[in-house]
Amino acid sequence: MAALVELRDVVKHFPVTRTLGEIARGAHPAVHALDGVTFDVGDGDAVAIVGESGCGKTTLGRLMLKLVEPTGGAITFAGAPMAGLAGERLRDFRRQVQLVFQNPFDALNPRFTIYRAVVEPLINAGIDRAEHADRVASAFRRVHLADFDRYFDRYPHQLSGGQLQRVVMARALVLGPRFLVADEPVSMLDVSVRAGILALLREVRETMGLTAVYISHDLALVRYLCERTLVMYLGRIVEDAPTEEIVRRPRHPYTQALVAAVPVPDPDQSRQPLPIKGNVPDAREPPSGCSFRDRCPHAMARCAAETPALRAVAGGHHVACHLE
Amino acid sequence: MILEVDKLQIHYRTRDGVARAVDGASFAVPEGRIVGLVGESGCGKTTAVRAIMGVLAENGRQAGGRVVFKGEPMDEATTRKLRWRDIAYVPQSAMSSLDPVYTVGSQLIEVLTKRGGFSRAAARTRSVELFDLVGLNERRLADYPHQFSGGMRQRAAIAIALALEPSLLLADEPVTALDVIVQRQILDVLRSLQQRLKLSMVLVTHDISVVAYLCDEVVVMYAGQVVESGPVREVLARPRHPYTMGLRNAFPDLLSDALELVPIAGSPPDLREPLSGCRFVPRCPFAQPACSLDAVMTGNGAHRSACHRDSEADTLRTAALDPRTWPRSSSFAMS
Repeated sequence: MAALVELRDVVKHFPVTRTLGEIARGAHPAVHALDGVTFDVGDGDAVAIVGESGCGKTTLGRLMLKLVEPTGGAITFAGAPMAGLAGERLRDFRRQVQLVFQNPFDALNPRFTIYRAVVEPLINAGIDRAEHADRVASAFRRVHLADFDRYFDRYPHQLSGGQLQRVVMARALVLGPRFLVADEPVSMLDVSVRAGILALLREVRETMGLTAVYISHDLALVRYLCERTLVMYLGRIVEDAPTEEIVRRPRHPYTQALVAAVPVPDPDQSRQPLPIKGNVPDAREPPSGCSFRDRCPHAMARCAAETPALRAVAGGHHVACHLE
Repeated sequence: MILEVDKLQIHYRTRDGVARAVDGASFAVPEGRIVGLVGESGCGKTTAVRAIMGVLAENGRQAGGRVVFKGEPMDEATTRKLRWRDIAYVPQSAMSSLDPVYTVGSQLIEVLTKRGGFSRAAARTRSVELFDLVGLNERRLADYPHQFSGGMRQRAAIAIALALEPSLLLADEPVTALDVIVQRQILDVLRSLQQRLKLSMVLVTHDISVVAYLCDEVVVMYAGQVVESGPVREVLARPRHPYTMGLRNAFPDLLSDALELVPIAGSPPDLREPLSGCRFVPRCPFAQPACSLDAVMTGNGAHRSACHRDSEADTLRTAALDPRTWPRSSSFAMS
């Protein structure tokens, strides 16, 4: 299938406050949030982006929605370079893409009623007022808030977390988007309601033919949502494969550690020590070559000298590691 | 038993009446073991440990029941005496409880000198030991909290809790906000503390995977009551209460073949309302008329549950594995 979103060598650096020494030396330190990211999201696909805090996954999501601009590289949406979008074409793009926030407790204006929260995107997009009530009602039906009309005049604090996340989703779906980015859509929710929201995400994607990117630190969860998973480490993609391959046959040493660290609800699980040590290095000074080498049990001289490129190793399985 | 909680009642005064956050919960912690306290938000697990620690919010009070620590019933005076010395507590947001304007080392030394009566020199030596115990480099004692990552701050919070060599550690969601690799590192720290210091622990969590990895026993709470308890292996492999069965179904498993998670529709009841009978009835697919009566904990041996249909537990468990058993509707009306 054709790609809906294409990223080519995307780089995003955030400048940080300079110390006196750095000013004197003329240095411009920056957080390397993304350091050359290339991939496509196929039209109608669901892709997961997985990694630890600070790996750049949230920045990547924001770039795909044009909420921040890349420092280098190019992103296209439906064939059009995103950098050039302006005026009416930018407004059109904004109608086609939506973000589902991580924390439903913060995502809704506490002073807006539920109805107002969901009608807001229609007002902003200049949709004819006559259509508002119907479109809001249909968005609520999509997220299975059946008796919604009795609750339109409620405020966010009167709803539970699961209900709020459904309202957040109704708001994201009310304009009939083509592309959805969900950043940790269930991490703030209780286990018992998570399952319902995951099922709902899967269902609306299928019935509305949405293309979706799910950002998460939790491999166990994305398994229920996405057929393909990208694993990120310190601003780079280290592995890109079908989710089941990532889970069952991880090839990059970092992915192997990530998979080994995921707790499973089985008391008889193996308690092997983790294959890696230490913490994620400072993104202002990532190591030369492979950014994972200082934690990698297999690091060689070549890993410091040369950054491994993401290469195909098997059907649909790409790995950035010199061991391959 | 190092700790026994017996028919504990904790009430909060609210604008809309009294909320019975803990409503007759009983459980025990054997010496040197890790007990997991699990349940959804609002089931009373945090309130229960705060009550044990004697740090309830101002509008909360113990309305009944008792807490027995090392054979002695605790009252306000004994709690105050034992707090931090023999019972330590790592609160939910421990990572953000460090004071940003002091170095981590000076906060640790303050606990040791002010509360433990250590001399400054002895406190310094002890700080190095404590940092080593939780896997932090002693050079980091001179750092400020903002120079620590989330995982390091959690380790530091655990080090501070262990400063005065408590025999019981209460840890509230110690790994919830952390990345999986860091999460695993912290769980391994807790396990090594149990083994090296013979520490007993109560671990509050919503995550049954964390319980499976770390705990010896588990206590499942629902709406302020204990609905099931027993050895972790028993309870997770053969849950007897429908709520535990539902929790297990709802939980993602990286290695399972089932690619569907089954939610428990609805939400826990409002604890400000007068409640009677089994609290899980409105969400239970197996509820019967008899369930309108209070359910008591039954069972022979260590594995116990509070379900009127406990004698049919094996049949219910099989039925619970079928996703069609669980209602899917999610209307506003159910809350």
